[in-house]
Amino acid sequence: MADERKRLLRFLAAGSVDDGKSTLIGRLLYDSGGVYEDQLASVQQASEKKGRSLDFSLITDGLKAEREQSITIDVAYRYFATQRRKFIVADVPGHAHYTRNMVTGASTADVAVILIDVRKGVLEQTRRHTYIAWLLGIRRIIVAVNKMDIVGFAQSGFTKVCDDYRHLTAALDQLETHFIPLCALTGENVASRSDRMPWYEGPSLLDAIETISVEGTQAFTGFRFVVQSVIHPHQDYRGYAGRVVAGMAKRNMEVIAIPSQQRTRISHLSLYTQELDQVQASQSVVLTTDEHLALGRGDMLASPDNLPVATKHVTANLIWMARTPLRLHAPYLVKHATQSLSGTVSRLLHKIDIGTFENIPSETLLVNEIGLVQLETHKLMLCDRYSQNRTTGSFILIDPDDNDTVAAGLIVETTLQPSDCEAAQVDKVVTRHQGLTVWLTGLSGAGKSTIAQGVCTELLVRGMRVQVLDADALRKDLNRDLGFSKEDRDENIRRIGFVADLLTRQGVIVLVAAISPYRAARESVRQKIGDFIEVHVNAPLPICEERDPKGLYKKARAGMIPNFTGIDAPYEEPLAPDILLNTHRQTLKSSVNAVLEMILSRMEQS
Amino acid sequence: MEGPALKTTPLDHLDALEAESIYILREVAAEFCRPALLYSIGKDSSVLLRLVQKAFYPAKPPLPLLHIDTTYKFTEMISFRDRLSRELGMKLIVHTNQEAINDGANPFKLGTTQCCALLKTKALLDALKENGIDAAIGGARRDEEKSRSKERVFSVRNSMGQWQPENQRPELWSLYNLRVKHGQSMRVFPLSNWTELDVWEYIQRENIPVVPLYFAAERNMLVRGDSLIPFEHAIDLLPGERPQKVMCRMRSLGCTYCTGAIRSTACTVEEIIEELKLFRRSERENRVIDHDQESSMELKKLEGYF
Ligand SMILES: Nc1nc2c(ncn2[C@@H]2O[C@H](COP(=O)(O)OP(=O)(O)O)[C@@H](O)[C@H]2O)c(=O)[nH]1
Repeated sequence: MADERKRLLRFLAAGSVDDGKSTLIGRLLYDSGGVYEDQLASVQQASEKKGRSLDFSLITDGLKAEREQSITIDVAYRYFATQRRKFIVADVPGHAHYTRNMVTGASTADVAVILIDVRKGVLEQTRRHTYIAWLLGIRRIIVAVNKMDIVGFAQSGFTKVCDDYRHLTAALDQLETHFIPLCALTGENVASRSDRMPWYEGPSLLDAIETISVEGTQAFTGFRFVVQSVIHPHQDYRGYAGRVVAGMAKRNMEVIAIPSQQRTRISHLSLYTQELDQVQASQSVVLTTDEHLALGRGDMLASPDNLPVATKHVTANLIWMARTPLRLHAPYLVKHATQSLSGTVSRLLHKIDIGTFENIPSETLLVNEIGLVQLETHKLMLCDRYSQNRTTGSFILIDPDDNDTVAAGLIVETTLQPSDCEAAQVDKVVTRHQGLTVWLTGLSGAGKSTIAQGVCTELLVRGMRVQVLDADALRKDLNRDLGFSKEDRDENIRRIGFVADLLTRQGVIVLVAAISPYRAARESVRQKIGDFIEVHVNAPLPICEERDPKGLYKKARAGMIPNFTGIDAPYEEPLAPDILLNTHRQTLKSSVNAVLEMILSRMEQS
Repeated sequence: MEGPALKTTPLDHLDALEAESIYILREVAAEFCRPALLYSIGKDSSVLLRLVQKAFYPAKPPLPLLHIDTTYKFTEMISFRDRLSRELGMKLIVHTNQEAINDGANPFKLGTTQCCALLKTKALLDALKENGIDAAIGGARRDEEKSRSKERVFSVRNSMGQWQPENQRPELWSLYNLRVKHGQSMRVFPLSNWTELDVWEYIQRENIPVVPLYFAAERNMLVRGDSLIPFEHAIDLLPGERPQKVMCRMRSLGCTYCTGAIRSTACTVEEIIEELKLFRRSERENRVIDHDQESSMELKKLEGYF
């Protein structure tokens, strides 16, 4: 039976009108035995009516309106299986008008297959599809260069498409691309290697999707279990029914209930009559705990060393899907994991021109437009960044009047606001303590934000008052007028220092994550604040560049960000930091603990 | 970076499908007042029933079963249904469009389209209304028929139970918008992403009981052209026609008149799976109802049938 264990691969298939997508999918289904004879007969019949020989595209065009207009207007899902994998294909419409359908298909896909007509090359549509796939978290794209028969199976056309496409994706970080020249119509390089293109040495499309890796496309965020309901059949049993959306858990593992912050251990993991020793991401199970928890639908369980952020303010990319435009400050319903909240969009920072990937100012978002917004919710949202986890990092907006789904949201920043700290601590006695600024300096990608968030949750759990100031987030807000010249960088640090100082004097522990490359600027902030810990978050440049969690190095190398620290701007290391963390040699946990211990010992001294 | 990471292998396809379906079922139970499971006694319903048990275990599933009985079902189906609901201790609601039956509705008199409209679609809509059901969970799969490939997991229906394909809500990630307005209702399809083969593999893995009609046996059949029609419910014979014993099985179950059988020797779940892997004909082929017109299933869905 071992070889019977098949994996599931969900992939997105996109292309411009007439690139041959329906034909390609019809062909894949046909060649893998996914089309039954009687279906084929009805396709044959319809093909003849149109005066064509077997038209594979008819296999996939589902709705009557589509068959009549020969266009694909909605996402359709197709299924086929080979010996190795079962495939779910999200077949999405090509036209710009249907961007929202494309987004829908991409939201659950692991891989994208993007069709390009070798004669037309990279089009506006290709950009759009690629960008949306990337935005939705797809990190592996197979470019199917179609209609090779028309150019006589010559390599030159294929090479040009590959070059153009690589140029297009240079700015999209962590994207892995594969190129396959094929002919959907005759099946060359679709289900098996073609001998018409001896210059191509790679796999056929079917081979590629059978073997492409689907692991590791999501940055690790620790254990997350979202509670759907409480199962309480009798006095002595209280189980939490829900789904593991990240990481894994074992019996006896320590967990924290969010937002109540209670700690306990998992006593049983089960599904139906089966007891499980461990569970992993995407499993639906029932979990019981040693202690009775205040935990219900919408709440979460997480591992203590890595908690989600509980916040009422997030910055998110919003993909607008409704015909009525976005209304700022209007009430919307927010569905996030199993939480239902109400919220408003308080600001539209910019919208994204998908044609150029540029940010442009805008008053609102119209259907199919994408923009960066700030969302405020009335209750705490328990979330991560979308780049860390697709489930805890995403939400939808619902119009309360007509119940339509109006937008998809992808969380970009989860910085805590002062009011969140209060809210997170409602059940806690907030201890009075002195203020302190912990200043994390280091190269981009060294680990400043991650460590700051880790320390923040540890302090919150201890009932302390804490605020993260993340320079990247502030550059979208307080410091959005600043660039990266020496003067602007000094001004950036001066302003952050000013805010940190105010908060410190109010008895808050301020965690600053800022590259802050200039020694003199850091020194003047330290002088001003006094209660100050300098942490050098250190990792060698090649390692930071390889991690590139925000894709900034890639952009800098492509010349899109001038004066980037480490590349073409200096970084002056601290000469005597209070703490030195070498994040390439130590674990995140040990880094967080080192900072935490120093903070706690300072608190004791005072 | 998290110390010695615990190694996990990705879930296999059945585990992944199961987890998704259970998640969907729990969402329904959490957010609707009166959900019901449309239980058709077929293999998909049997899988759905097991998933419902799993989703809420050790509690009893918090929803009743609803069966739309056209009175033309196989007797084996009815006894199977009654035994199962008794064993599981779940409430069973059976609804029949008695008025139409009294008027003598049958597919020969009315044609399959009209017969289904009365005995299935109308009966279903009436049953939902009478019992105040706001979410009806069904076992339909997207791979069954081409208009179903665009169906959502959560499908909003207007007050007439009708599907509006050009006006569907986008369904992103596993974030389902479960809100309906007064008068609207929800159809839910937790098996959307399953294929026929997945269903049988799951039946095998979980040891789920199914109606014996799925297994090959010598049965009394009428052979009409390529079709095998069960000799039940006093079907009218054509001139010169006589029932004969044929080794066959049902691939999908509906009313006796409209469910053709296939010639087969597959007597166990294992054999059915083997047969399916070789089989090149679709499951609904021998169902008369989809073939009336090229888009007939789509038209039925527009009217409020599943
Ligand atoms: N091994 C290890 N990895 C870390 C540590 N801290 C952060 N990282 C990882 O390094 C990457 C960059 O982190 P990030 O906080 O985004 O960097 P920033 O630009 O300096 O804020 C992320 O993938 C982190 O998970 C650490 O202490 N040890």
